[in-house]
Amino acid sequence: MENKSGKDLIREIHHIRSGLDTNFRDMVVEDIYKNAEQIYNHSVKVLSDRKYNLDQKLDRILTSPVWGLPIMLLLLGMTFWITIVGANYPSELIARGLFWLEAQMALIMQQLGSPSWLTGFLIHGVYKGLAWVVSVMLPPMAIFFPVFTILEDFGYLPRVAFNMDWLFRKAGAHGKQALTMSMGFGCNAAGVIATRIIESPRERIIAILTNNFVPCNGRFPTLIMLATIFVAAAFPPTLASLAAAGSVVFVVLIGVAVTLIVSWALSRTILKGEASSFTLELPPYRKPSILRILYTSLIDRTLFVLWRAIFMAAPAGGVIWLLANVTVNGQTLAHLISGFLNPLGHVIGLDGTILLAYIVAIPANEIVVPTILMIYSHASTMLDITQLSQLKALLVDNAGWTLLTAVNLMLFALLHNPCSTTILTIWKETRSMRWTLIGAVMPLGLAFLVTFFVAQFVRLVF
Amino acid sequence: MKKNYTKHRSGCEDCALNLEQLGIEVRKWDHVIALAGNPNTGKSTVFNQLTGLKQHTGNWPGKTVVRAEGGFTWNGKTFKVVDLPGTYSLLSASVDEEVARDFLLFGQPDATIVVVDATVLERNLNLVLQILEITDKVVVSLNLVDEARRKGIDVDHRRLSKDLGVPVIPTVAREGIGIGQLIETTDQVIAGEIITHPYRLKVNRKIQEALDELIPKIKRIFPDLPNARWIAMRLLDGDIRVQKALERGEWNFTAGASALDNVQVKEKVH
Repeated sequence: MENKSGKDLIREIHHIRSGLDTNFRDMVVEDIYKNAEQIYNHSVKVLSDRKYNLDQKLDRILTSPVWGLPIMLLLLGMTFWITIVGANYPSELIARGLFWLEAQMALIMQQLGSPSWLTGFLIHGVYKGLAWVVSVMLPPMAIFFPVFTILEDFGYLPRVAFNMDWLFRKAGAHGKQALTMSMGFGCNAAGVIATRIIESPRERIIAILTNNFVPCNGRFPTLIMLATIFVAAAFPPTLASLAAAGSVVFVVLIGVAVTLIVSWALSRTILKGEASSFTLELPPYRKPSILRILYTSLIDRTLFVLWRAIFMAAPAGGVIWLLANVTVNGQTLAHLISGFLNPLGHVIGLDGTILLAYIVAIPANEIVVPTILMIYSHASTMLDITQLSQLKALLVDNAGWTLLTAVNLMLFALLHNPCSTTILTIWKETRSMRWTLIGAVMPLGLAFLVTFFVAQFVRLVF
Repeated sequence: MKKNYTKHRSGCEDCALNLEQLGIEVRKWDHVIALAGNPNTGKSTVFNQLTGLKQHTGNWPGKTVVRAEGGFTWNGKTFKVVDLPGTYSLLSASVDEEVARDFLLFGQPDATIVVVDATVLERNLNLVLQILEITDKVVVSLNLVDEARRKGIDVDHRRLSKDLGVPVIPTVAREGIGIGQLIETTDQVIAGEIITHPYRLKVNRKIQEALDELIPKIKRIFPDLPNARWIAMRLLDGDIRVQKALERGEWNFTAGASALDNVQVKEKVH
């Protein structure tokens, strides 16, 4: 193969191209459509079009400029509500079972003559971390994922993208980012991989960098817990779960708003460019197949995510136990570090304990809540709380939480840096240190900035 | 892992079949089959039927963004199946389309099965026509024919086959219907027992003139190029990837099937 002749050819092409219309691509696409239409008409007879009409009628409602977005919010709210209501009881049951097992195992180890530090580290540290993650995460996932998969199988997600793509285009990003953002609700790492469907590298990087701003399944438990304690408590019991679900929807909306604002800012600064157009096909609606949904959501998703969480939580559980039990000058490491972080925490409306919990939980965000509780309770292990009233008493009365703490923690959970898996995925997808670093640091900076301003504002005004 | 195909619910056309699904365990193979198609056509279901693997299937575009591989043996021959990302076209530069396009161009599969959704055939044909420009050895799997029938859409697959110039096999992949015939036909296409005459895009005069000027020049430098017309179209569109391949002399057709190993899936963004 001779390269010289190749280069001559390129010159030739440039020459021919300069004599052609600039919209060559459009001409070709148009011709392809024309050819396809001809062949289609030649061999296809449409006898009646009932299903197609039904699809169109559904789309007229689900993607209507007026009803599209409200219906979307309603479906999202319902999904959270079903998850919140449905997960409560099994979570408690699993927690009780697993913590009972903890006590039994500790007893057995003791009888076998294991030293108390080993029992503590393995059982009250590593095992308890696992138990927390399983009991807090498994029930919501086992409910959330099938419901989400039903929507996916039905063909609703492309409609979400359709409803929102104009927003993203206005922000200078790609309309398909609405789809990858939707994937991010399940898992930000999956959302980052899904950006492969975006053609332009510029818009793809915007989608990658902003995917973290929608809460993933790992962060929903934190949001749901805070909503249940602080928001739901202000409502009568019959409305409590609805209010909690509503406030989670509100947080999600803030996340979407931040996604758009940051995309807008990026496309006007370091990732300048015009939004490219695209055609989004709305696939036909299909009746979801129940067996496949169960397989996909329970085996492929729930167990996959749970396995990852367990893998990450085991060492974290050990670290937490060490922090709570290793003492320097009579004070535990946890106490020392959170004391050191306290001033910084205070400035942004949180406290040192919450920041410490976040540092420990970098590998798996889902264990943040148990970590916070453990350090507060000064117990030597993560606290075993089975009733929400106890939880509120601990946070408000002992740790001095206010509504500001809760609001800022929700904001922080929404915005802060992506988990290690997501960061690793950003690296794999971009192969660029620069974008990986920005993807990790920018959300963190934004989280500090936003919570700082909210804290200052609230303290000034109230 | 040994599974007999007749265990699946299938019509008697398939009874004589002796398909052994190999899952992902293919070390040596006689032929490579690429599986292409729009998203949402049941492409991954066809893949699962052939290989016995359980690729996740779902109803939204962008599910398969990387290629999956598996295999099966049939009639004593081993086939490697490469499931390409579902795409609407091969013209843009998104990573999923690039993966599909690069494999068809540089991976040189022995045959390509294009899975199309019979209920929305018109827009599926756009991709079929583009693939026919790249490769001759194509079999169309006209999938979801049961759903189409229910919707009152009547596809004359014989006429479609005549128009496209390649075999069209009606299938219901979910139930394994037509898979046997699909394999048999694909094997015949590979063996040259079925000669295809792929449809060539009719383009407008301006494009045709530019192509007439360019194609002979390409053919002079790369006489063995099987898809000079498509390459010419891409070059006129300013396709950087194809242009670079040309400059570097990346095309090496003498290497035959081993060219598969040279396929580099560019995943780097930037």
